[in-house]
Amino acid sequence: MSNVPAELKYAKTHEWVRDEGDGTVTVGITEHAQDLLGDMVFVELPEVGVVLAKGQDCAVVESVKAASDIYAPLAGEVTAVNEAVSDSPELLNKEPYGEGWLFRMRPANAAELGNLFDAAGYASVVAEEEN
Amino acid sequence: MLAAIGADSIETLFDEIPAELLAKGLVDVPDGLNEMAIARIMHQHAAGDGMPLCFIGAGAYEHHIPAAVWEIAGRGEFYSAYTPYQAEASQGSLQVLYEYQTMIASLTGMDATNASLYDGASGLAEAVLMAVRANRKSKSRRVLMPMTVHPAYRKVVQTLVRNQGVELVELDYSGSGNIEPEYLQRYNGEDFAALVIPQPNFFGVLEEVDALTDWAHANNMLAIGLVNPTALAVLSPPGEWGQHGADIAVGEGQPLGIPLSSGGPYFGFIACKQAHLRQLPGRIVGRTVDLDGRTGYTLTLQAREQHIRRAKATSNICSNQGLMVTAATIYMALVGVEGLARVAHACHANTHALVERLLQIEGVEQVFCSPYFHEVVLRIGQPVAEVLRALAVQDILGGYDLTADYPELGQALLVCATETRTVDDIERYAQNLERILSRRKEGPICSKLRPKEGTI
Repeated sequence: MSNVPAELKYAKTHEWVRDEGDGTVTVGITEHAQDLLGDMVFVELPEVGVVLAKGQDCAVVESVKAASDIYAPLAGEVTAVNEAVSDSPELLNKEPYGEGWLFRMRPANAAELGNLFDAAGYASVVAEEEN
Repeated sequence: MLAAIGADSIETLFDEIPAELLAKGLVDVPDGLNEMAIARIMHQHAAGDGMPLCFIGAGAYEHHIPAAVWEIAGRGEFYSAYTPYQAEASQGSLQVLYEYQTMIASLTGMDATNASLYDGASGLAEAVLMAVRANRKSKSRRVLMPMTVHPAYRKVVQTLVRNQGVELVELDYSGSGNIEPEYLQRYNGEDFAALVIPQPNFFGVLEEVDALTDWAHANNMLAIGLVNPTALAVLSPPGEWGQHGADIAVGEGQPLGIPLSSGGPYFGFIACKQAHLRQLPGRIVGRTVDLDGRTGYTLTLQAREQHIRRAKATSNICSNQGLMVTAATIYMALVGVEGLARVAHACHANTHALVERLLQIEGVEQVFCSPYFHEVVLRIGQPVAEVLRALAVQDILGGYDLTADYPELGQALLVCATETRTVDDIERYAQNLERILSRRKEGPICSKLRPKEGTI
C-alpha cells in the first residue's frame, strides 16, 4: 500500500488537496497515481488566473506509458503553478506530496473541501480499484 | 459471411441506406482485364503523354534522381515495409526514419522533426493547427496567410482548419511580389497565433524572412516557415531567421528524389524548435539503448498520439509516408550537403538563363523585379492558356498559368528551369515561344480558313 498522508484530502481521480489555511489549497497527484503512471516525462500546467469548475480537466501529466488528465478537485481560481515540475517532471515521482505539487487554487467554496475523501476513504478507493 | 451476421443477401445488408443514395451499379467501370491487356493499355496511355520538356514548377519540380535512389528504396526490406504496427520489430525502417529526421532537422536548422506527413499542403495545415496550440502568448485562433503561399495549399489549409475554428486572414502582396514588412505595420498589436512565411514564395520570389520573423515574434505570433528543401541548401534555414529563428518549418519533400508521377505520392516534412516539441503532430522516432547498452530505435513521445490520447491527440495523423521518406533519405545521403547546394545553384542559374533568354522575345516581360530562386513570373501579352496549348503541341510544358489564381497580374505565366534543363532545352523553348507569340500577333497565316464573323 502506498503512502496516503492523513493530513490531506483526496479526489477519486487521484489528486490530493492540502488546505494551506490562507484560503488557498495546493493540488498534486498521489503516490499511488504516480506509481501507476510510471516515469514522468512531461507536465502541462494550467495558467495562473484561470477559473476552474469542479472536475474540469486542467493539467496533463505524461509518463513513458501514458498521458493522463488532471481534474480540478474543487471549483476555484488557479493562483500559482509549480514551474519546477515543468523542467523536472521526475519530481512527481520523487516527491508527489512535496516538491512535486502541481498548482495552487483559491476554492470558490471552502466548504467543498469537506466533500473530498479523507486518507482512509481514499485508501479504500485505491484498494477497490486494485481488486 | 452474410450468413454469419444473419443477412440473407447483400441488399439486406445495405437496407439502411436510403434508396436514392444507392449507386445502381458501376456503369462506367469495365470488366476486369488480364495482366497482358492492362499492360498494353498502360503503355498506350504512357506513350500518349509523350516526353515533354518541362518548364513547370509551381510546387512540384523535375529534378535528377540518381538511379541508385530507387534501386535501393525498391529493395524488399524497404519497399514492402509499410510503417509497421509493431514498429520496434523493424529496426532498419526505424533507423532510416531516424536518419531522415536528422537530415531534415539539419536542413531546416530546427531542433526536432517527425517521421513525415502526407504532403506539403496538408503539412502546412498541421503547422497552422500546431501553432494555434503551441502559442502560449496568444489565445487567438487567427493566422496570417499570405497570398504568396501556393493557392492549392491555401485551399487545403482552409479545408482542414475551418471546422476547428481557425480563421485564415489573407495577406496581400506588394508590387515586388512578396510580403512587404511595411505593409504588416497595419496589423501591429493585433492578436494572431501565427504568420506563415513562404520561402521562396509561390512566385519564386524571396521573402524578407528575417524582418518577417522578427515582426511575428514582436507581435506574440509564432513564425511558420514554408520552405523548399532544395532552396534550403543555399538559403538561410528557418531556424536562423531573424533574431530567434522561425518556430516551425514545413514543406513539400517531393524535390528530394521523388518523381513527379502526376502529382503523388509525395511527402511533407515538418520541424520545430524544442519548446514546441510536444505539439508536433505524427510519429517521431528516437534513438535509445537496449538492456545491453546497444543502440536501438523506437517510436517516442507516443503519448501525444491518437492511440493513447484519443480525441486530445495533437493530430489525427498516425502514419507517415515511409517509402517516399526512404527514397528522400537515400537521395540526401547520395547527393550530400555539397551536392544539394550544387543542385540549388544549377536551378537558379538555369532559371536565370531561361528568363534572360525569354525576355529577348518581344512582348515578354518580367512581372516582379525581385530576387528569386528557381521560378519567375512572366507576362506574355497573349492569352496564357492558348499559348501553353500551342507549346504543348510541340511537347513543351511551358509553365503554370497564373490567370485563374491571380487575375490581377494579367496574362501571367510562372516558369521554372531546374538543373535538368540544358542550354539547348532553353533555346528550344524560347524559339517555339517566340514563333507562337509572333504568329499569334500576326493572326492566322491562312486567312481563308478563318470563319466569317457570326457564322459559328
